Amino acid sequence: MTPKNFKRPDGRKLDEMRPFEAKVGIIPNADGSAMYKSGDTIAIAAVYGPKKMHPQHSQNPEKGTLRCTYNMNSFSVSERIKPGPSRRSTEISRITEWALEPVLMLDKFPNMVVDVHINIIQADAGTRCAGINAAAMALAHAGIPMKEMVSSISVGKLDKTIVVDLSKEEEDFEEGEGPTDIPISMTHSGNITHFQLDGKIDSKQLMEAIELAKKSCEEIYEVQKQALKNSINLNGGED
Amino acid sequence: MSETEHRRTVVIPGETIVEGDAYLPGEGTEKQGNKIVALRYGLSEESGKLVKVIPLSGVYQPRRGNIVIGKCSLITFNGWVIDIGVAENAFLPIMETPKFVAKDRLDEVMKIGDLAVVQIMGVNGRGIDVTIKSRGLGKIDEGFVFKINSNKVPRVIGKEGSMIKIIRDYTKCNITVGQNGFIWIKGDKIEDELFAKKAIEFITENSFIDGLTEKVEEWFKKNGGVKRE
Repeated sequence: MTPKNFKRPDGRKLDEMRPFEAKVGIIPNADGSAMYKSGDTIAIAAVYGPKKMHPQHSQNPEKGTLRCTYNMNSFSVSERIKPGPSRRSTEISRITEWALEPVLMLDKFPNMVVDVHINIIQADAGTRCAGINAAAMALAHAGIPMKEMVSSISVGKLDKTIVVDLSKEEEDFEEGEGPTDIPISMTHSGNITHFQLDGKIDSKQLMEAIELAKKSCEEIYEVQKQALKNSINLNGGED
Repeated sequence: MSETEHRRTVVIPGETIVEGDAYLPGEGTEKQGNKIVALRYGLSEESGKLVKVIPLSGVYQPRRGNIVIGKCSLITFNGWVIDIGVAENAFLPIMETPKFVAKDRLDEVMKIGDLAVVQIMGVNGRGIDVTIKSRGLGKIDEGFVFKINSNKVPRVIGKEGSMIKIIRDYTKCNITVGQNGFIWIKGDKIEDELFAKKAIEFITENSFIDGLTEKVEEWFKKNGGVKRE
């Protein structure tokens, strides 16, 4: 399917992600926090709680609530964006909740809420995926019981070529069939918790894209794991 | 850190700690087939057959039997509401005081804003019930209270209270550590109390070091502490 002469703008291979790194415990005030960086996209996440849900009528006596707030800082892009909640940020907040809730064991915290604040301090496409990756680490760091970790990556189709981890430049690709953006979040065992598709793609290529996402999520998982493990300094003194 | 505890590693949610049928899942773990899988982030520990995860971060989870320090936030007709720094409020019923209290004299025992050492009797769906019936519990009159990270509390107490004993030997202060991270220090002189606070801060900053008890003794000697009878 891939034309022979296809080249990505930044010279990456088709299945090559941008250089990414993760760090845990970046916000001392929060109960849990993490940073995830992928290329020029930087997301920070802070977790507060479980704490009592206010107002009282929003409490759920069966299980706890996850409340995510996604926010893009006005300075995160070169053209200043208007601060405050928008249609887009509300949607991504909800998407993040749905992506993370399946792994959280919130039934232990009735009437309570876990607050996750995600801030994008620099944006270059793939911000929701970076946000979910950071939030998953921050939730683990906050000691919330979880079944698994969640990793997220955006796969895309540029004209007819499947590529991983689109940058802003690639998202604005306009040749041929144009760009298709598919952010996917999955657990370590390969269950998909979040899937979006913006554009068009045939079912065969879609399977190809999911396979590629699976492979990339595996790499992200390793980085998340290392970040969480490295945040505890055992001083080499443990047995 | 004794000889019975071994192979302590940092685990993340979903990570397999051990494989094999010989193990039992403890706190923070789950059995999946013949694997013991961590359900939270923390330090895994095997003691005999039991595998558990010790929390390293996160908010304090109240448990039955815990001794905590809280602030009286409300007086109701039959008891006091105590804020112990968790989502649910703790309730101290009038019946759980060591001596008889008349229903219109509740504020003679404890006023709003007073601090108290309480023990958790039970955690149920509606809230937490606490008592001040045992020894060492009740309103705090002297000294001062400060807060540390509740995950460091086991290190501040030390194995069977060894760390607290050292601090007490060097400062002659009475120290009560609440499981929720609040610490009450009461000494004869304010200098002693501040010295004890500094020592506790030293412990919390170096909580992962092996052989911390000896390190704390060293710290006391270096900072001019004298062991007193």
